[in-house]
Amino acid sequence: MKLGFLVDLNLCMGCKGCEVACKVENKVPLHSWRLRVKYVDVGVYPETRRTYTPLRCNHCEDAPCERICPVSALHYLENGIVNIDKERCIGCAGCMMACPYGAIYMDPETNTADKCTYCAHRVASEMMPACVVACPVEANIFGDLDDPTSHISRYIMEHQKNGGVKVRKPEKNTHPKHFYVGGGEVQLNPLAAKREEGYNLFNKITHLDHIGGH
Amino acid sequence: MVEHTVAATNAIVTLDVPIPQVIWGWMITLNMWAKSIGTGVILVGAYLLARYDDKVGDQVRLWMPIISFIFLNIFLLFTLLDLHQPFRMWHIFAYPHWTSAITVGAWMATVFTGIVFILCIIAIKKYVLKKECKLEKYYDPLLKIAVVLAIPVTLYTATIMGEATARELWQTPTELAQMLLAALLCGSAVFLLLGGKWSYEVKRDLAIILGSSAFLSFIIYMGEYYFGHMKSEEVAAILAYVKESGPYHVMFWAGQWLAFIIPMVLVYFSLKSRSSSLLYLASVSAIIGLYIAKHVWLIIPQLLPLS
Repeated sequence: MKLGFLVDLNLCMGCKGCEVACKVENKVPLHSWRLRVKYVDVGVYPETRRTYTPLRCNHCEDAPCERICPVSALHYLENGIVNIDKERCIGCAGCMMACPYGAIYMDPETNTADKCTYCAHRVASEMMPACVVACPVEANIFGDLDDPTSHISRYIMEHQKNGGVKVRKPEKNTHPKHFYVGGGEVQLNPLAAKREEGYNLFNKITHLDHIGGH
Repeated sequence: MVEHTVAATNAIVTLDVPIPQVIWGWMITLNMWAKSIGTGVILVGAYLLARYDDKVGDQVRLWMPIISFIFLNIFLLFTLLDLHQPFRMWHIFAYPHWTSAITVGAWMATVFTGIVFILCIIAIKKYVLKKECKLEKYYDPLLKIAVVLAIPVTLYTATIMGEATARELWQTPTELAQMLLAALLCGSAVFLLLGGKWSYEVKRDLAIILGSSAFLSFIIYMGEYYFGHMKSEEVAAILAYVKESGPYHVMFWAGQWLAFIIPMVLVYFSLKSRSSSLLYLASVSAIIGLYIAKHVWLIIPQLLPLS
C-alpha cells in the first residue's frame, strides 16, 4: 500500500475548511499550520483571477526530512506515510532545513518538529484524513496509489493524458506522493508569485521572527 | 521571473500564513566557526610537528590540544543550545540514524573531542605541571588518529548542508572545499598569533597556508557570486540578497574583505618584506571575517519562501 493525496485545484474554492479541520483534528497550536491554503492573485485589474492552493506535507518517497533526521523521529509507516515521533525528536530543525516545501514547523508547545501525517491516526482506524472529510467540493482525494482501481489512481489516470497532474518541485528528486490537478506555475512554484510583506487581503503577509520556543 | 514583468501573468500572494524565515541562526554560525578553529589547529599543528618539531615542537604540543579542546567545546555547547530539546541529545547515541550527516558528525565529533581531551591531559601534565605522564607515549599515535578524524569532523557540516535539499545554494562539493579551507585558514591564523618568537621559516609556511586558503575560499565565493545565478532560478533569487541592492550586500562584502582579501594582501606584503608583524593583523582579520562570511552564507538561503 502506498497512500497518496491529490488536490483538484479546479474544484478548490479557498474556503479553508480543510485548514480549520486539520487544526481542530490535530490540535495544531496558534501560529503553526500542518495544512494551509494560499491565495495567489494573477493578472492586473480588471483582468484578474484568484487561485487557491492547499499546501501540506508531500510524503515524499525520497523524503529529505527522513534522511536528515538524526534520531529517526521522522520515519516511514508501512503505508508510505512519513510520520513523526514527537517523543524522540530532539528539535535540531534539520528537517525544516531539508524540506523543500516548507511543510514542517517547530511546535511552540512541545519544542519538537511537527507536520501533516495524512492523519495517520485516523487512517489506522480506516477513516479518511480530516481535511478530506471537511472539503465541501471533494477537491481532496486520498487513497492507495498502488491500487489501480482506487479513486485517486483513476483520477490521476484520467487527468494524466493532458499532462494535467503535477507535483511541487519535481527537480528536487523527492518523488512527492501529493499531486495537483489544474495547478499552474503561480500556484506550485513559490518564486513565481511576489510575496510582499504588509497588509493584503485579510491579513498581514509576514514572516515568523523566531522558530518554536527558542 | 516573467510572472513579475508580464501583466497577464503578474502574480502576488494575497492571503497566507506567516512562514518561518531564519531557522538556523548565529548559534550555527558560531558552531561552524568554532569547529573550524578546533579542527584547524590540529591539522596545521600536525604539519608544524612534522616539519619543524625541533624548533616549535614543545609549544605546539602544548597549545594545539588546549586550543582545539576549548573551541571544540564551544562548538559542542552551541550545538546543544541550538536544539529545541537539548536534554534529548542522548537520543543521537541511543537511536542513531546513519543516513543523517548530523548523526555521523555527532559521533565523530564526540570521539574526536575525547581524543583531543586526552592529548590535553598529557600536554598539561608534561609541559605545565612538569610531571611524568604514563600516557605520554600515546601522544603521537593519538595525534595521528586526531588528524585523520579532524578531516571528516571539519567536513561533515558541509554534508548536512548538502542534505538540506531545500537550500539550493549549498552544494556538497563546494561546501566541503569551503569547510576544509576554513579549517586551514583558522589553524594557520591561530598559530601565527601564538608563535611570536618563532623563526621566519615557520611563519612563512603558516603565512602561505593562510594566504592560499584565503585565496581559494575567495575564488569559490566569487564563483558562486558571479556565476551562481546561472544554475537555477532559486540560486539567483538567493544571491539577490547579497547583490547590490540586497539586504546582506554590505555584510557579505565585509566578510569577504576581512576573511580573505585583507589577509591575502597582508600575507603578500609580509612575504615580500620578510616581516611578520603584518601577519598578526592578517590572522585577526581572517578569524573575525570568517565568522561574518559564514554567517551570511548560512542565512541567505533561509530568507527565500519555500512554499
